[in-house]
Amino acid sequence: MKFTLSWLKAHLETDADAAAVAEKLTSIGLEVEGIEDKGAALKDFTVARVISAEKHPNADKLKVCLVDIGGGAPASSSEAVGQNVVQVVCGAPNAHTGMKAVFAKPGVVIPSSGEVLKIGTIRGVESRGMLCSERELLLSEEHTGIIELPADAKVGSPAADALGSGDPVIDVSITPNRGDCTSVYGIARDLAAAGLGKLHSASVSPVPGKFASPKKVHLNFDSHAKPCPLFAGRFIRGVKNGPSPKWVQDRLRAVGLRPISALVDVTNLLSLDRGRPLHVFDADKLSGDVQARMAKDGEQLLALDGKTYTLDGTMCVIADEKAARGIGGVMGGEDSGCTETTANVFVESAYFEPASIAQTGRKLAIISDARYRFERGVDPEFVVPGIELATKLILEFCGGEPSETVIAGKVPEWRRKITFTPAAVTRLAGIDVPKAEIVRILMNLGFTGDDGDPMQVVPPSWRSDVEGSADLVEEVVRIYGLSKVPSAAMLRPSVIARPTLTSAQRRARIVRRALAARGFNETINFSFLPRAQAKLFGGGDDARQIENPIAADLDALRPSVLPSLLAAAVRNAARGNADCMLFEIGAQFDSGVPGAQQTIAAGIRAGSGVRTWTKATHEPDAFDAKADMLAILESAMGTAMTAPVKAGAPPWYHPGRSGTLVLGPKPLAYFGEIHPAVLAKLDLKGPVAAFEVFLDAIPERKVKGKARSPFSPSPYPAVERDFAFVIDQRVAAEEVLKAARNTDRQLIERVDAFDLYEGKGVPEGKKSLAIAVRIQPKDKTLTDAEIDAIAEKIVAAVTKATGGVLRT
Amino acid sequence: MSDIQTLEREILAAISAARDEAALEAVRVAALGKKGAISELLKTLGGMSADERKEKGPTFNSLRDRIADALAARKAALADDALSAKLATERVDVTLPARPEPRGTIHPVSQVLDEMTAIFADLGFAIAEGPDVEYDDYNFTKLNIPPDHPARQMHDTFYVAPQADGSRHVLRTHTSPVQVRTMLSQKPPIRIISPGRTYRVDSDATHSAMFHQFEGLVIDEVTHLGNLKWVLEEFCKAFFEVDQVEIRARPSFFPFTEPSVEWDLRCDRSAPGKIVFGTGNDWLELAGSGMVHPRVLEMCGIDPEKYQGFAFGGGLDRLAMLKYGIPDIRPFFESDLRWLRHYGFAALDIPTLDGGLSR
Repeated sequence: MKFTLSWLKAHLETDADAAAVAEKLTSIGLEVEGIEDKGAALKDFTVARVISAEKHPNADKLKVCLVDIGGGAPASSSEAVGQNVVQVVCGAPNAHTGMKAVFAKPGVVIPSSGEVLKIGTIRGVESRGMLCSERELLLSEEHTGIIELPADAKVGSPAADALGSGDPVIDVSITPNRGDCTSVYGIARDLAAAGLGKLHSASVSPVPGKFASPKKVHLNFDSHAKPCPLFAGRFIRGVKNGPSPKWVQDRLRAVGLRPISALVDVTNLLSLDRGRPLHVFDADKLSGDVQARMAKDGEQLLALDGKTYTLDGTMCVIADEKAARGIGGVMGGEDSGCTETTANVFVESAYFEPASIAQTGRKLAIISDARYRFERGVDPEFVVPGIELATKLILEFCGGEPSETVIAGKVPEWRRKITFTPAAVTRLAGIDVPKAEIVRILMNLGFTGDDGDPMQVVPPSWRSDVEGSADLVEEVVRIYGLSKVPSAAMLRPSVIARPTLTSAQRRARIVRRALAARGFNETINFSFLPRAQAKLFGGGDDARQIENPIAADLDALRPSVLPSLLAAAVRNAARGNADCMLFEIGAQFDSGVPGAQQTIAAGIRAGSGVRTWTKATHEPDAFDAKADMLAILESAMGTAMTAPVKAGAPPWYHPGRSGTLVLGPKPLAYFGEIHPAVLAKLDLKGPVAAFEVFLDAIPERKVKGKARSPFSPSPYPAVERDFAFVIDQRVAAEEVLKAARNTDRQLIERVDAFDLYEGKGVPEGKKSLAIAVRIQPKDKTLTDAEIDAIAEKIVAAVTKATGGVLRT
Repeated sequence: MSDIQTLEREILAAISAARDEAALEAVRVAALGKKGAISELLKTLGGMSADERKEKGPTFNSLRDRIADALAARKAALADDALSAKLATERVDVTLPARPEPRGTIHPVSQVLDEMTAIFADLGFAIAEGPDVEYDDYNFTKLNIPPDHPARQMHDTFYVAPQADGSRHVLRTHTSPVQVRTMLSQKPPIRIISPGRTYRVDSDATHSAMFHQFEGLVIDEVTHLGNLKWVLEEFCKAFFEVDQVEIRARPSFFPFTEPSVEWDLRCDRSAPGKIVFGTGNDWLELAGSGMVHPRVLEMCGIDPEKYQGFAFGGGLDRLAMLKYGIPDIRPFFESDLRWLRHYGFAALDIPTLDGGLSR
């Protein structure tokens, strides 16, 4: 909402300058976004009077002027050069005795040239200043002569004021609750209540009608739906449309509106000045009476913005007997609008329900000044005064003869009592405001009521946003001064702070730092990605599409965190960083409904490592990913992960080089190499190792209490025995290890695989797996015979479970 | 000179002359071996009379001990020499670089969240979380933003395509729905911080379609705006790690709070690219806030006659930008390794109140 300072002062008697007004506005909740002050650029230029303008003794086209620049005793024409009279050499043909001009003294920067004006001597005559043209001040291209200011311009005063460009434009951001401040008058009213000045009376005197309106107005609604409870109209005949007066045009231009014609400008002026949207029909283009009614489904209207809208039965239109002529409270129709030749007009002033306007505006995607005001709530008591004011201005600008006002419906009930305890101010805002001050503030804002306790307060007709006690507290505090609220310590819930993180939050934090400690860089990526990528990772269905994506290729909720990381690897590779270890802890979306998301710790290793003189680089593989996955789980659980992994993972992994760790009913993690076909589609060079750990599926710790189990190392020596088995290639190593482990769970402490061999010496289709078994007796030293017996049992168990044969 | 002295001198000379372990072993065998000179000598003791043995025994035995000691000393010296010779061939160029190890980093948003968590945990605020895809009801209606309310236009909402059952959900535009969920599921007193990803259809140098918000909520029977001011002041001092801050209140509007307040933080931005807090003539927007609207409390099942409290919210990314001098929000989500390494934090730089939030 923009307005000029002088426009504000038309309603508010105050000496405050733009800065003071802006500070007050912001302090009462009308945030000033900016002040545009063209006058500030001209601050060094003043009004001067030309005492005399004589021909230059040495030049035909130059004049030597004596100029009164003010600041001393009034100069008479006979006065010599002195403190307030200077001699200026001027080339303008229009320089003449007695004129008021714009003066620049030496030292001032001339806007057009950017140069500092110096004292000069022109053809032997000294010149101590300059009289300026519009072009020199960058006001226009005009340079045929110097600016001649109005005769009443005060000598020595800022030239900007006399030029009419000294009027700063203030831009206020109006919050959606303050429909009452979508007008200059409304802003003045709020400032007056805040003590910045005195509000001028804005009462509107009725313009008497000269004849009965040939057009009547009607409200044609079902009993239950009343989007337009009040509709006033007035016929004015014999108008002559043309340009509006200069002051109207100046105001409109100053706030960024283009003057169109007097009839249109009147509606824009009243919308801005009083927050009262109006519509002026060319009465000769209307057939019969005018009515407000619901649109018919599919009814079409060519609106003033040149677009044809298809309406439906939830929208209120203003119609004549033939067709809809305007979308009520949103936009008028093109066909019934005023033109230069309009002779008779019908003025509409109505009240529309905010919710109805908002819905219509949203459905049709029309943003208009009328919608903006109606959906925030206009003053229902100003419908009729608004049409009187419009009539007055139209008669003033365009002549004509007004009919009586025709009215359908009545002012909707807006009075409501709010029970208000003044103590609520202290209770909610933590500040003591004397009751008399509370009453004074509310009365100044236009509220009425008694001063009992509790008070019964009625908000003014223009404050539909004030509904309850808390709103009244806000009104009191914002005017009294929010800055006066003192800070007050809050009690600590416990003397020494207690832990507040949930176990899931704690796990995520530990996993994050564990991955960073392993060398991974943490990333945060968008939750949406291209649908084609989503499809590669089990997503991309309709239920996970974004309806209004920010870009066409960011249209799908991600079904996995991996594509985000792989895309990041592609971008990094393009920048010359093909080696990357990236991870993210974030959501993957299993559908498009709330709650259908899981927190995933996912990571990738891409590239073959930094080249180094030790030549120890290697391409990332499934076992890197497996180690990463296990490290995550162990850090999250605080204990070693012993659950086995199974071959195979979802289809975005390499079918032969990936695995799944299952714990209970759900997978806990996937790991492996990314499928080469997926990499090819993403345009990423492989191999890439990746893992996805489902943090939400990690079981809670079951151990109660903090004490550790007793430490009881065996005093007897452990024995390690190695075995090599020749097994079928398809047999999983885990089968061998498990069979060995289960041979004697008391004595066998651990089993490790330490060699895998295929090739010469091992039959085709077979592999040799060497394992080391550590036997730890608990209660005695084992004899050789006992150890041999265990070894035999191990060989038998592995052979039975896997068909493996001990290699000799 | 006796024979024994001669023998000793000869053997010691041979020990000294031995150049390697094999030569030394030969000397040992010749002296102390089964048929060695000294062994032979010792054998003669058996054939002696008791008196003679008493006289010769110690002499022979001490000779044997001296020779054994000399052999051991020479063996050690030879081993030292051999090791020195071996080590002399084992030099490496220690100026070569160490084996490269990847250096991981923590994202600034995570770091700042940990900092914030540490501060608010000390004041008894728990961390509450909720889903990114939200019910319209929780994101708007229960926050006193009914359908078609003009405030909805302030939100630039992303919508998820209609589901099979016709329901249509939003990507949350703020983390306030987490407050709704908390109020619906917990009884006061409530003290929570709700950080998380939020989404708006908006993108330029200072806006990203996805960003992070933090919000706070306190509900009890007495908490008021003055307490909110105190919490924000204490938070700013702790977070920006300065002794003093000054914050300024401006009336504002949010549908879910009444009264509503915006807070600015005094700062000095006179030096290019640098912000100093607690001094200067500039004001930075810090947070939006207010007393929770009675209607919101009511819709969330809390009696507004009995309970009251405040809510506040701001940008988490923005806090990271302000504290650590990061100029642009968009790279936060572009995963550029160069940026991650430049602005990221070390894994073990865990913010704590006792150790300090940052180095």
